[in-house]
Amino acid sequence: MAGTSGSPAGNGAAGGAQTDTGGATAAGLAGPAGTGLRLQGVTRVFGETVAVSGVDLDLALHGRLAIVGPSGCGKSTLLGLICGLDEPNEGTITVIDTETAAGRLRRCAWMPQRDLLLPWRDVLGNAALALENQGMGRKQARDRVAHLVERFGLAGFEDRLPYQLSGGMRQRVSFLRTLVAGKEVLLLDEPFGALDSITRADLQQWLRSALDAEPRTTVLVTHDVEEAILIGERVVVMSARPGRIVAQFQVDLPHTGSRRELIRHPEFTELRDEILSLLEAAA
Amino acid sequence: MSTTATRPPETPSAAPARSRRSAAAASVRRALPAAGILVVIALIWEAVSHWFGVPDYVLPSLDRIWRTGVSSWSGTLASATWVTTKEVVLGFLLAVVVAIALAFALHSSRTVRNAVYPLLIGSQAVPIVVIAPVLAIIFGYTITPKLIVVALICFFPIVVNTIDGLASVDPDLLKVMRTLDGNRWATLRRVEAPAALPSTFSGLRIAATYAPIGAVFGEYAGSQNGLGYVMIQAIPQLETDLVFAAIFILTFEAILLFIAVSVLERITCPWAREGKR
Repeated sequence: MAGTSGSPAGNGAAGGAQTDTGGATAAGLAGPAGTGLRLQGVTRVFGETVAVSGVDLDLALHGRLAIVGPSGCGKSTLLGLICGLDEPNEGTITVIDTETAAGRLRRCAWMPQRDLLLPWRDVLGNAALALENQGMGRKQARDRVAHLVERFGLAGFEDRLPYQLSGGMRQRVSFLRTLVAGKEVLLLDEPFGALDSITRADLQQWLRSALDAEPRTTVLVTHDVEEAILIGERVVVMSARPGRIVAQFQVDLPHTGSRRELIRHPEFTELRDEILSLLEAAA
Repeated sequence: MSTTATRPPETPSAAPARSRRSAAAASVRRALPAAGILVVIALIWEAVSHWFGVPDYVLPSLDRIWRTGVSSWSGTLASATWVTTKEVVLGFLLAVVVAIALAFALHSSRTVRNAVYPLLIGSQAVPIVVIAPVLAIIFGYTITPKLIVVALICFFPIVVNTIDGLASVDPDLLKVMRTLDGNRWATLRRVEAPAALPSTFSGLRIAATYAPIGAVFGEYAGSQNGLGYVMIQAIPQLETDLVFAAIFILTFEAILLFIAVSVLERITCPWAREGKR
């Protein structure tokens, strides 16, 4: 079932030799040892519907995992389970060192498809939300996030309210807000799904480099196969209801190339076609 | 698109000064049809009262009402207006405080909701016109029964709208707050309360138009001054022009309160207006 197809080494970085630790070393650095995420036999049932069934996953600290699957395959349910907003009916979920829902909630940040910014708060205020929740004063929290704004392409827009921003900018504010929470694990649920394709491509490229600059254990859920391969160091394919893991792929692509170069890369297209055909079979 | 720094062209919002000026012009243009209707009604009123032989005690002409209003301003109307305005404003504020506190309590606790919500609806079933004399018996000819009547009439739309607003927050946003270390209090304060503000203001606008009615009810039930008192004295004397003068002052007061609430809304939640255009 869970076939692992390591692509033959092309002219890419030879990082993905080991499958278990994901692509922790893909950036060319010695990744920190330890578990980021471990799911064992996770099953979630809503009434009669089996949303997720017997999911096993392992992700090293700072590893990047992308989950693709047809709609209704329980991808979002899985993220809700991991971050402790929900509990599985069967199986265990370990986030770094904790299995309890409260502990997982403390360690995970969740970013849904819609930006869900607070319309009455400006860019800095939205970004600083988690810091204020953690007890920091309003002014201090704003100062703390102010220097991050530039890196997120939001310089000069600090005092704008969400309605004054473009969709891409709002999504970046949302991502900044998620990062500022300082969680070890990022759970991204189709973060660019609501954007137009140009903005989406731009943000995919941007997210890649943002995660390179500041590595986090990341799980990305998407129905966009290219996005999955671009962001994930490993891609997991899920089947439709009941959601279970059909296959896992290691992504070995040159780590520095631009999005456009990568997408033309023969390995990229090969992997994409393989995943797409799997998805068609699964749907 | 080759480097990280490249971003798609963003759409900065229009220059604020220009949009404000054109917004003012637009609101004047919006007000024109309503003003036109008012003028037509006034003309018909004048025509009927002057040329159709309608007696003054049935329909006094507008100019007569105006003259009566001016001549009895310093004698009766000024102090009556002051008394009624106090009742309206203080009663309204009482309603706001009680209603918002109640809404938060109802929102925060299921037990409180189950216990109080039926009573809340029941309170609206009580005919206030009937309650007012009883309150006058209990509290005498003081301002207290008037405040209670005004508050009773006003608080319901505020409570209901505020509760709706508090509950209107996107469930996903509440989940995001939990993953951003937001506890119950932080969520109430930073998300639910601001989110409820626009609907609270909807309730306030409705309440603002009710408040003068409540004050007049209260005064009808027993009072020594106020616009309601003036009216109840003037009606048996067939001083219809004085009654109309009092009615116009009350109407004006309701409109002023409504405008004050709307202005406050614009100041406190500028973000809420954008979606409505």
